[in-house]
Amino acid sequence: MALLETSGLTAHYGDFQALFGVDIRLEQGETVAIIGANGAGKTTLMRSLSGVLQNAPDMIRLDGTAIGGLSAEDVMPLGLAMVPEGRRLFPSLSVEENLLIGTYGRKVDGHWTLETIYDLFPILRERRNSPGTALSGGQQQMVAIGRALMSNPKVLLCDEISLGLAPVVIKDIYAAVPKIQESGASLIVVEQDIGQAMKVADRVYCMMEGRVTLEGTPDTLSRDDIHNAYFGVSA
Amino acid sequence: MIWVDTVVQGVLLGGLYALFAAGLSLVFGIMRLVNLAHGDLIVMAAYLILVLVTVLGLPPFLAAAVAAPVMFGIGWVLQKYLLNRTLGSDILPPLLVTFGLSIALQNALLEGFSADSQRLPTGAISTSSLEIGALNIGVLPLLTFASAIAVIIGLNQLFYRTSLGRAFRATSDDPVTASLMGIKPGHVFATATAIAMLVVTLAALYLGMRANFDPNIGPARLIYAFQAVIIGGLGSLWGTLAGGVIIGVSQTIGAAINPEWQILAGHVAFLLVLLVRPRGLFPRAVD
Repeated sequence: MALLETSGLTAHYGDFQALFGVDIRLEQGETVAIIGANGAGKTTLMRSLSGVLQNAPDMIRLDGTAIGGLSAEDVMPLGLAMVPEGRRLFPSLSVEENLLIGTYGRKVDGHWTLETIYDLFPILRERRNSPGTALSGGQQQMVAIGRALMSNPKVLLCDEISLGLAPVVIKDIYAAVPKIQESGASLIVVEQDIGQAMKVADRVYCMMEGRVTLEGTPDTLSRDDIHNAYFGVSA
Repeated sequence: MIWVDTVVQGVLLGGLYALFAAGLSLVFGIMRLVNLAHGDLIVMAAYLILVLVTVLGLPPFLAAAVAAPVMFGIGWVLQKYLLNRTLGSDILPPLLVTFGLSIALQNALLEGFSADSQRLPTGAISTSSLEIGALNIGVLPLLTFASAIAVIIGLNQLFYRTSLGRAFRATSDDPVTASLMGIKPGHVFATATAIAMLVVTLAALYLGMRANFDPNIGPARLIYAFQAVIIGGLGSLWGTLAGGVIIGVSQTIGAAINPEWQILAGHVAFLLVLLVRPRGLFPRAVD
């Protein structure tokens, strides 16, 4: 049984259908990358997995439990955490408070605590009392990742963590991913930066127009395969 | 010296207005909800205390302590099952619903208690005073002001020092992302209103001990509360205290010049502050 899987996942915004029968699965300890162009449905998939968008209950299962119908506030405490697109730190909270809010109302034992997150991103320790939004984009992304890790999730959902960041900063952020993997978390990483995604992922799904168009492991997929699946045309 | 006395009385009166306003400020600061029934909820709490005093024979302070958890529960249910449904991008539904609630509360109180003026029995405390230099300061106004300071310190501690306070601020910033943290925005909002009702109960206690009340005085208390919140800057609790004091001092100075000017002077001060500082004296940086 997969840790997290979708079967025939559909999603709608009003009359507009954004996902058409998406099947993905994430095994325990695995990192799965989801790549695709703008509008492919990646963020909609993440919104569905995180409960921001609700679906039929059976369409999403976590550890075999149907969670598709649950809202974010109910699904997250089951062992999911999300690094949302655009980071979305709370402007009224300091860096440390942004991290602490990641475990609001529950105590989850595990590798990740304030101290281990400060060890992962030492700059945050120095800036712990600054307002979260006073930091640079890369540092804010570190806070967003740390905030999600604070709940020691089984599944960490990362939505476009490289978006809007300089290449050198992206490298720094991705340098933390192996340590997160070692802590035992399973990851779903949505990326437009295919190179970064391929480096950290065990498996890759490519999406186009609300459907999965390609699935494979980074070493078995050729550039042409990805190009076709990404753009729908041959290179 | 008479002017010093007037200003001191005004400052102390401001404590009462700050108590009227603190709950309103808390609720507005967290969920951008303007509760037009706030004044009527204060009056309702005053009647609840009155019932406890007359039926059970409790002293007013003890009656308020009994009423507080009841009001807490009423606030929680009101927010969770009624007001949360009105929140959204449109600011009109909460205004209409709380306006309707205001009318319903007034009529229910009229039905239950008639239009007669009531007052909480106070005993010696209402007439005792402290002599400080040449000033005579009433114990009850002093207690009111001290309570207002305590409430604002307490709410600030709650806001900035506790995990519930972090959840208040986070949910206020961004409810969707807050729900991704496992926070239930509906619960957080209900808790905020419930806490506001604790402050309302305290305000009701002092209102009922210092002056007569009847079912129709809620809207006027709302106006004072509203003015205090707006003078202070929306969402700032210390600003709310400052706003209450400004209205209080203006009213007592106005009354010292001519008793008919008391209420008017408070409104004029409000307009003057708005002219100079349209966002209030201590507006929140992020709105």
